[in-house]
Amino acid sequence: MIELEDVSYAYGGDTLFADLSLSVQPGSFLFLTGPSGAGKTTLLKLIYGDLLATSGRVALFGQDAAEMSRDQMALTRRRIGVVHQDCQFLDHLPVAENVALPLQVSGRADEAAQNLDDLIGWVGLTRQANQTPPQLSGGERQRAALARAVITSPDVIVADEPTGNVDWEMSQRLLTLLVELNRMGKTVLIATHDLNLIRAAKSQVNAQLLRLTRGRLESGVTL
Amino acid sequence: MTGRLSALWTLLRGDGQADRAVPPSGFTARLTVFTAAAMAFLAVFALAFSVSSGRLADRWAQELARTSTLRISAPAVEVEAQTAAALQVLEQTPGIAEARALTEAEEQALLEPWFGPDLPLDALPMPQLIEIVETEAGYDATGLRARLQAEVPGAVLDDHTRWRDPLVDAANRLRTLGWAALLLILGALAAMVTLAAQSALSANAQVIRVLRLVGARDSYIARAFVRRFTLRAAAGAVAGTAAGMACILLIPEGPADGFLTGLGFTGPGWLVPLLIPVLCAVIAFLATRLAANATLRSHL
Repeated sequence: MIELEDVSYAYGGDTLFADLSLSVQPGSFLFLTGPSGAGKTTLLKLIYGDLLATSGRVALFGQDAAEMSRDQMALTRRRIGVVHQDCQFLDHLPVAENVALPLQVSGRADEAAQNLDDLIGWVGLTRQANQTPPQLSGGERQRAALARAVITSPDVIVADEPTGNVDWEMSQRLLTLLVELNRMGKTVLIATHDLNLIRAAKSQVNAQLLRLTRGRLESGVTL
Repeated sequence: MTGRLSALWTLLRGDGQADRAVPPSGFTARLTVFTAAAMAFLAVFALAFSVSSGRLADRWAQELARTSTLRISAPAVEVEAQTAAALQVLEQTPGIAEARALTEAEEQALLEPWFGPDLPLDALPMPQLIEIVETEAGYDATGLRARLQAEVPGAVLDDHTRWRDPLVDAANRLRTLGWAALLLILGALAAMVTLAAQSALSANAQVIRVLRLVGARDSYIARAFVRRFTLRAAAGAVAGTAAGMACILLIPEGPADGFLTGLGFTGPGWLVPLLIPVLCAVIAFLATRLAANATLRSHL
């Protein structure tokens, strides 16, 4: 589904990681951990096509990311729901419209009415649905970002610290949503420092743990 | 072609959601509307200038081409006889509709702008002038000159070629100047719209980033900007064109052959400036589309 072969990424002359390989299988549930600055966010950006590798090959759904046309990349991104670390939104639009945005841009606006209310309710933002993103707290923004990432029921969900600003109860709720999606066959990849979240997930699904440290990616890591 | 028509139809129809994705930006909106209005206003004048110059060139060319002057410079005692002989020759020449000797008062009127009204013509060795009006077919100037040389030795035929050509040439250059001014104005409009669009695109970098993150194609993102700027430019151009046409209507009427008082449009010519808003909209469409595509290509 997503393959990284001998991938290197350098930024400003410094090599963040080199010769890194990873194979993300359909339906898998992966956690990516590692110290701050190790390159977790960069690795996720390579996976959802927001960055191109300096060398090596990143294949998204069988296509080389470096050789995709701009339209192909846009269509590929529709298959990957992303929860960004900084949770960027269209600040002038209400939360509900931001959550429905992936459906709108892919011409599936009709589906929004059916799923939107349920999803916004699931992430606990019913009351805030008509507010604009700048009016939300950090945790609320993360929940809205997660709702936006999953509204199209994408093949892959990539989340960068999705529970960083939410309380334990809400993080469990968000995890439940991700686990449910994974049970439906969706692939989930989460970058996090939250070991409790990883433990909670491992009790529900067969989650694999990856660790990115000192430019190397270790798989099959145990807590 | 079908693709372009489809793009145009999509643009005109609009996409409410795509339009909403880009926040309304007050400064660039006002700048675009004002620029389009100002440029359209100037374009109306440039167009009027060009059309009027063209009309003047045509009129001068037609009027002067159909008239000639015969000048008889002879000793005073022979003037009357040579005038009569010249008129006789002219009457017999094919292609001449009318030939008439100017009266003393008419000759005085011709000289009045230079010498004043009290010019004693009797005291000056003034030649007798004969005004010739040609038929549509015209006459054979070379043949007429040869015959006059033989029968009226004091006659000099001036078919106005010498000064008609520079006048018509000048008017034609004015017309070209008008078109060049129009092109410059439209070029300036394209530049201003491009700058405003680039400014809006830069100001909305986060919007573009979010839209790309959720899988929006470049065409979807560009459409929101292109439609907005096209409509703004069209709205401004409509206002500017209306104001320009109103000002031209207010120019006082004067003699038909006056240049400044003849500035404007006539009859169906008043429909021509109505193309300016359409042209401005097309220019804004192309300029914004180029700017949007260039900006979007700079994003991964």
